[in-house]
Amino acid sequence: MNKRNIEEKIFLGLMLASVFIVMGSLILIVTVIVLNGAPSLSLEILTQTSEGGFYLGEGGGFLNAIVGSLLLALPATGLAFLIGIAIALYLQKDFLNPSIANFIRICLDILWGIPSVVYGVFCLTIMIAIGMTGGSLLFGIVALTLLEIPIITRSIDESIKMVPIGLKESAYSLGSTKFETAIKVVRRQAMPGILAGVLLGFGRGIGDAASILLTVGDSNYFPTSLTDQTAALPTMILNLVSMPDQVVQNKAYAVAFVLLMIVLMISIITRYLTKKSSKYIIK
Amino acid sequence: MNKSKTIQIETKALNVTIHSNPVLKNIDIQIPAKQLTAIIGPSGCGKTTLLKSFNRLLEIQDGIKIHGEIIVDGTNIMSSGLNVPDIRKKMGLISQKPYPLPMSIFENVAYGLRIHHDKNAKELTEAVQNCLQEVGLWSEVKDRLHDPASRLSVGQQQRLCLARAIAVQPEVILCDEPTSALDPIAAQQIEKLLLKLKKDFTVILVTHTLRQAKRVADYVIFLYFGKVIEQGPAAEFFNNPKNPETKAYLAGEIS
Repeated sequence: MNKRNIEEKIFLGLMLASVFIVMGSLILIVTVIVLNGAPSLSLEILTQTSEGGFYLGEGGGFLNAIVGSLLLALPATGLAFLIGIAIALYLQKDFLNPSIANFIRICLDILWGIPSVVYGVFCLTIMIAIGMTGGSLLFGIVALTLLEIPIITRSIDESIKMVPIGLKESAYSLGSTKFETAIKVVRRQAMPGILAGVLLGFGRGIGDAASILLTVGDSNYFPTSLTDQTAALPTMILNLVSMPDQVVQNKAYAVAFVLLMIVLMISIITRYLTKKSSKYIIK
Repeated sequence: MNKSKTIQIETKALNVTIHSNPVLKNIDIQIPAKQLTAIIGPSGCGKTTLLKSFNRLLEIQDGIKIHGEIIVDGTNIMSSGLNVPDIRKKMGLISQKPYPLPMSIFENVAYGLRIHHDKNAKELTEAVQNCLQEVGLWSEVKDRLHDPASRLSVGQQQRLCLARAIAVQPEVILCDEPTSALDPIAAQQIEKLLLKLKKDFTVILVTHTLRQAKRVADYVIFLYFGKVIEQGPAAEFFNNPKNPETKAYLAGEIS
């Protein structure tokens, strides 16, 4: 066997090992969550709020945290998407000088890298400045929106950059304005990438604990207004794990399981939409 | 004869630089209306750049600087304050590789009509059918109008692009080597269509194949290193070239 063949074999082995590490971790995480969470899962835990003795090993459930998390992550993802797609379209050279656009891209990448707890502290500072005490759903949404904007914007930006210039030229040569070209042609062509970006943002948003830890407070009830405090799945996991009772600690796995299921469901919906929107894509 | 009626596009001292490299140098040309004008020359001589300057499509690339006048219908389209989409609407574009829009066959042709709000629903359907018939595509696609345009063959896509272009009733059709990506039969179809279309439109064809220019052109512009070397009616240009460089190009000595 010559040197090049050995090289080939080693490289193949390294690639296989990498895939194995990732797949193995995933399977392990899911197994641990399911094995520990399944015994705690019941209809009661999924349909009741945590009022009463939920944290003390008594009855009750975490429906308020499920609702809280969805009420935080869905509006935040929606807002981040609207802002993100506007920025991403504006960053293209049809609108903006490429050197300025690249500077903004660097800023967005820096924002992407900022730990989420910083966004939490930032929002907390604003809350204190305007005299709000405790936490609120509103500032949780703001914190998550800020967290998701760079992720969604940069993903959409990259997928829009891939749209062939010939396609834009086609649209322009028919007398389209920049806006029509962006919204009717470029957006369609980039749709799969846009959806992937939104999914990425949502996954980050719904799973993040640090940014909402300081901003939403906690509650055993459903939030009824934007200024209410609320429970959320990631913060509830932290709360449960810090309890001394083993039975209560295990409930954290049930919460993690539900969080996993929500992300999985959104993934499946996104996959379906991606497939549907790919039908018209020009290769 | 009134000159302004027979000249569709005229350029005066047109200079284009891309990232400070001169690509077109002092271009003075006159393109006759309702004829097929071929722009020929070796690759990299600025043919496509010249073509895309006519509908101000050059501007969407970076580092482009344009000086000089481009006069279409008596208006200098380079003057400020003009509505660029209106200028572009007058000129259909057929590119080297067909780029159908990411939508259905029907919507591809309807797109231009929709953005210009020209038609109601019934007129729209009729107009789409007319345009598809005009390019000989109707019988091939009439049963699958709502299929994605990307499923058509490359030759069909190119004809769809032509149908899409004529739907908005331009005055000029700009063709950038429209047959170079096609098989010989599809290429022949496009050539025939261009000859048919020149009755109603001014057709400008960028081509690097001399034989194609000889077959179809009424008027020829020869570009070499960003300069117009010679221009004139096709018969004169091919049979009696005046410039030594033109002679060399026609003889295949430079390419």
